[in-house]
Amino acid sequence: MQPIDRRSFLLCAASAGMVGSIRCLAGSPAAWPAAASPDDSRYRREAQFYQKLANRKIKCKLCPRECIVGDKERGYCGVRENRGGTYYTLVHSRVCAAHIDPIEKKPLFHYLPGTLAFSVATAGCNVDCKFCQNWDISQSRPEQVPANYLPPQTIAALAAQNHCPTIAYTYSEPAVFSEFLMDTADAGHQAGIRSVAISNGYLQDEALRAAYGKMDAVKIDLKAFSQGFYRDVVGGELKPVLDSLVTLRKMNKWTEIVYLVVPTLNDGDQEFRSLAGWIRTNLGGEVPLHFTQFHPDYLLRNLPITPVSTLERAKAIAEGEGLHYVYIGNVPGHPGQHTYCPRCRKVLVARTGFEVRQMLIRKGGCPFCGQRIPGVWHS
Amino acid sequence: MRKGHLENRREFLTGCLAGAAALACGDGLLQAEAMRPQPREAKSKVVVAHDALLRRSGAGVDPARALALLDRAMQALCAESEPAGCWRKIVRPGQRVAIKVNTLGGRGLSTNVQLVDALCERLQSAGVRAQDIVIFDRDTAEMEHTGFRIRTGGNQVQCFGTDRVGYEDSLSRFGSVGSRVSKILTRQCDVLINVPVLKDHDGAGITAALKNMYGVIHNPNKCHPNGCNPYVADVNMLTEIRSRARLHICDATTACYEGGPGFKPQFAWHENALLVSADPVALDHTAWQMIERKRAEKGLSTLEADGRPPRYIATAADAAHRLGTNDPRRMDLSEVRVA
Ligand code: SF4
Repeated sequence: MQPIDRRSFLLCAASAGMVGSIRCLAGSPAAWPAAASPDDSRYRREAQFYQKLANRKIKCKLCPRECIVGDKERGYCGVRENRGGTYYTLVHSRVCAAHIDPIEKKPLFHYLPGTLAFSVATAGCNVDCKFCQNWDISQSRPEQVPANYLPPQTIAALAAQNHCPTIAYTYSEPAVFSEFLMDTADAGHQAGIRSVAISNGYLQDEALRAAYGKMDAVKIDLKAFSQGFYRDVVGGELKPVLDSLVTLRKMNKWTEIVYLVVPTLNDGDQEFRSLAGWIRTNLGGEVPLHFTQFHPDYLLRNLPITPVSTLERAKAIAEGEGLHYVYIGNVPGHPGQHTYCPRCRKVLVARTGFEVRQMLIRKGGCPFCGQRIPGVWHS
Repeated sequence: MRKGHLENRREFLTGCLAGAAALACGDGLLQAEAMRPQPREAKSKVVVAHDALLRRSGAGVDPARALALLDRAMQALCAESEPAGCWRKIVRPGQRVAIKVNTLGGRGLSTNVQLVDALCERLQSAGVRAQDIVIFDRDTAEMEHTGFRIRTGGNQVQCFGTDRVGYEDSLSRFGSVGSRVSKILTRQCDVLINVPVLKDHDGAGITAALKNMYGVIHNPNKCHPNGCNPYVADVNMLTEIRSRARLHICDATTACYEGGPGFKPQFAWHENALLVSADPVALDHTAWQMIERKRAEKGLSTLEADGRPPRYIATAADAAHRLGTNDPRRMDLSEVRVA
């Protein structure tokens, strides 16, 4: 792991020769007027997925929320604005967080293990999870968080210079910066750098196919397996996320699923069973599923950390339903972090925290029994 | 996955600021509560003041008549014969006053500059120092575009947007809302005077006093689902807002009955009026009825029939909020005119 910084607003546009130094972009705490806001035109692009309506209104077609936005107003995600009947993204190249992370931190366990991901985010999100750990950027408007202008080619070059085979769109919600994501993925591919999206999967079909069609892998946060949780805790809907997972499967996109286990809210045996059964039936038993530990944050501070025993129970139920690669996340040192051969049960990838200690998979298979292990193992 | 290890300065600040706000507002809070209707007792007074000649000098609002209209409305509200007596009930010398305007509608449909100038004049007459008055909205450029002259520093009335100073790091919470509040409100204000515009709103039904508070939080975009209900009521319950809000002066010099909140000239009309109250719920209820009357006059359906009644007004009055009353029997509505 190469942590570029400790605080997220320290942008890591710092690699040798490219930018020159780590720059602190933290805002001034003073309650006294600063200079006028800079012009945001370099971050603005016409949005890709929307429909013009009468009276200078628009309907956004990027995510299932389908915001109808009047002139001078913004959609729910706060990063798209109607100006005179034309809809714009305000976050193209407007990077508010950039780090070099192990790919395991995303987490993607069956995708180039032990490699680094140049990880970027803009402000904004199309849901409002009450447990969000990055709410200070995801629940803010772009002008409210310090950001730097990092166009796609610069990101691709920074990734290459920092020996990152992958660019990850993460931390907030890449769906809401999909135009920037697509342009950056193109720039990355031209430079031989791959792209992965770390997403809530809450997109419309056309946008999902266009944006995530350019990804080399996708991790979807499936926040629960009940519409009630999606409505009350996430501010979204379950069905479109399940549809996205099925579409990604049809697109043959390498996909892993994370399920954050929140005590008392989505941790019932039946919910785990239904979830695993749905995955097995609709996506197959080879999709990695990560049960991760909840930590109190943002608007959900009254619940305890998820007990490890709950995560172990979830894992056992999911495996019992026929899923072969079920992991336990956010619990460093737990054996549930390793990849096991489903046939001979040998440890194939041993992990501690985000570190890969041992990687034995050869030519996509188990070196002991020859079992094929699904994933993208070698660049 | 968390993007980094954040120092939790926020939690520390939350506690400090809550305490600081309570101290800073002190008896101001008591005054604010006293201005509100007490359950089952006093009625909420709402004054609608008109001046048919407000634009006598041409298309714009006549500054002298704006001052006279404000005086007439305040004298009716406070049952005082002189403006000075009114303002002594609202502010005291030494207090810092923030005036929240609404400039989203551009030059066509924003808080009137002449009205705000009149308000600043009366506040200074009541002993508030010019530099202790700040006129604000969310965005400085929008304010400037609307005609407000941006002023920072010096012994003058201050005028700028929250974009210049930002929002508190700490989250303020009530019900469905978790928001960061403008530092103008938390750090430069003992008394908040709310000066919204009377407008139709495509999502919320109408926007007047209560919804104008969306302009002091960092995430209004998250508060628009379900016709802004219960979000509008919840935002107004945030301690930073509730403890400071003293007076609501709704600018209906120009209003709109359809197509809001943006300015569409075909749906705007010159009502040449102010609605004034210490009770934002009663004011919003009155504002709603005015818009319904105009819609009926123009042959439009009711907001209910249009699928967007402003339900947040009833929510603001319910037992969980008690921000005021939406019951006409508990309102004392007076209509006055400037001769
Ligand atoms: S992407 Fe944003 S603006 Fe578009 S529908 Fe979703 S929340 Fe609304």
